[in-house]
Amino acid sequence: MSNNVIISAKDIEVKFRVRDKYLTAIRNVSLDLYEGETFAIVGESGSGKSVFTKTFTGMLESNGTISNGSVMFHGQDLTKLKKDKDWEGIRGAKISTIFQDPMTSLNPIRTIGFQITEVIEKHQKIGKSAAKKQAIEMMNRVGIPDAANRFDEYPFQYSGGMRQRIVIAIALSCHPEILICDEPTTALDVTIQAQIIQLIRDLQKELGFTTLYITHDLGVVANVADRVGVMYGGQIIEYGTVEEIFFDPQHPYTWALLSSLPQIGVKGQELYYITGTPPSLFNKIKGDAFAPRNEHALNIDFEQEPPFFKVSDTHYAKTWLLDPRAPKVEKPEVICNLHEKIQKMTTKGGAFYVE
Amino acid sequence: MSNENREVILSIKHVDVTFDQGHKRKLVAVKDANFDIYKGETFALVGESGSGKTTLGRAIMRINPCSAGEIVFEGKRISGKISREEDRNVVRNIQMIFQDPAASLNERATIDYCVSEGLYNFHLYSSEEERIAKVDKALEDVGLLPEHKSRYPHEFSGGQRQRVGIARAMIMDPKFIVADEPISALDVSIRAQVLNLMNKLKAERNLTYLFIAHDLSVVRFIADRIAVIHHGEIVEIAESETLFKYPIHPYTTALLSTVPMPDPLVEKNRKHIVYDPNQLDQSGEERQMRELRPGHFVHCTSKEFAEYEEKIAKMEQDRN
Repeated sequence: MSNNVIISAKDIEVKFRVRDKYLTAIRNVSLDLYEGETFAIVGESGSGKSVFTKTFTGMLESNGTISNGSVMFHGQDLTKLKKDKDWEGIRGAKISTIFQDPMTSLNPIRTIGFQITEVIEKHQKIGKSAAKKQAIEMMNRVGIPDAANRFDEYPFQYSGGMRQRIVIAIALSCHPEILICDEPTTALDVTIQAQIIQLIRDLQKELGFTTLYITHDLGVVANVADRVGVMYGGQIIEYGTVEEIFFDPQHPYTWALLSSLPQIGVKGQELYYITGTPPSLFNKIKGDAFAPRNEHALNIDFEQEPPFFKVSDTHYAKTWLLDPRAPKVEKPEVICNLHEKIQKMTTKGGAFYVE
Repeated sequence: MSNENREVILSIKHVDVTFDQGHKRKLVAVKDANFDIYKGETFALVGESGSGKTTLGRAIMRINPCSAGEIVFEGKRISGKISREEDRNVVRNIQMIFQDPAASLNERATIDYCVSEGLYNFHLYSSEEERIAKVDKALEDVGLLPEHKSRYPHEFSGGQRQRVGIARAMIMDPKFIVADEPISALDVSIRAQVLNLMNKLKAERNLTYLFIAHDLSVVRFIADRIAVIHHGEIVEIAESETLFKYPIHPYTTALLSTVPMPDPLVEKNRKHIVYDPNQLDQSGEERQMRELRPGHFVHCTSKEFAEYEEKIAKMEQDRN
């Protein structure tokens, strides 16, 4: 990881027009990504994690607009790009995305080979045979056995994991600088999930791109991320290095997310869960968006939006609990000494220990 | 708990499920499944997609016919040809909770109708008041309010919708529930709610669950016994605790190694084991379920059985 910022989003606000009403999906989110790092955005569905990253590639649905803020990439403000033509050379070439479900992101009536070469021909402006050579090489690289023969097969002839490998091959065929992985393993099995995550990591080492992961699975985050941002109600409410987020979380929402993991649940006891529902984004949110569901909420949480408080040089959290005037609240017992607990589970004698 | 003294509610006896693929080709989705489920337990069936776990669940529901073997529910055969009366009895007593509540609820029907559908089909009420009372009670049991009745499925959050799915199953007062990946389509924060709810209802009503899942971390929390299934074959059955303490079959260990742990330090040093069936005994001997320890069965050849015996003895030694 270097100190060069590769892409920088500032005060992004995204609005959607839904049945004559406006929904504010993203509320003033800023984020800097550093070259070569893996940043993971976690949050429940509807928190805005996908919408936020879509501003990086200009892929918001047609009823959505970026109403404020900027995304700076190589000295260019991406929010100013309107037409598809302006995006040429950026979307798919410098910033690529892998989506959740490989069956819907591949064209079912085109061969795998066609779909990979199509991208290469378009972005690199090279001939058919050269593109085919590159495509087969890319297929080999993402671990498709017997790539040359499978070049002319259709998506339905591939298994789910293999299909996702093809999607990765397409995304990486133009050597992008940033790879956005939008829940890349949610539709896949646990066994395949581990392989795909490993593949992305190996390719990242080899090709040196920056990865932005979007996921709701904290187990995956622990595996892949260098830094983590937790999103709730259209805002990033806490960010820091992966160790800081797991071992020293500050925001009550991060506590709640960690506590509800079945991995740390004790059999026979109730698993911790977050009560209530996420806030409606149609209404203006007053104070801390998580306050109504937060058992540790202070009075001020309902009145005024908390600013980011600094925990360390890399770790910031948006909660009034960090204000010096706030009462001292300890994080829940289940996530105290998390490392010791998990360590115990995965070493000899633990439930998840394997030889 | 000793298994001999427990009442068997459902027994799967050497069941095969095959699908015709045309051209006289057959796909064997489930091969020789053979196990009992005891009354009041949560029995989990774990495996990757395509392993046949859902097919087996659907065979119990009489959706997929068994091509060999039989399924016995409360002493009566429920697979193959049975009388219409018995069929209705199965439908009433064995209910299903589906994976994706958004897809399994009728989007044009109100919650009131969705939940009462079973009551209508079986005329399980004598008056309109009784039906309303039953629906209200069912909704209340899963933590929803009677005023939700007039709403449509899309007006609910994912967790609430799955609660409707559960209420719909519970209103029939079933004895046995097949829960097919009931939480994998839900958010992490909502998963916990639904798991807690299922545990609570089970305790209150002495229900029996067949819990189908692909995620061992969830199963550890909810199941009493676990069967691991791979490519249509059950490879290991054990009490939940035993399975996590002494995982024997290489596929079980591979599954265990892929459970993501919420700890960056541990996770970055973990080895993910990839299961390779070629490393098993290739002598061609027919595999069968063999009992390694009381209640702990492994699918293996006699040569593998000896190896596993050695392995488990060593593991037990390490523990003591």
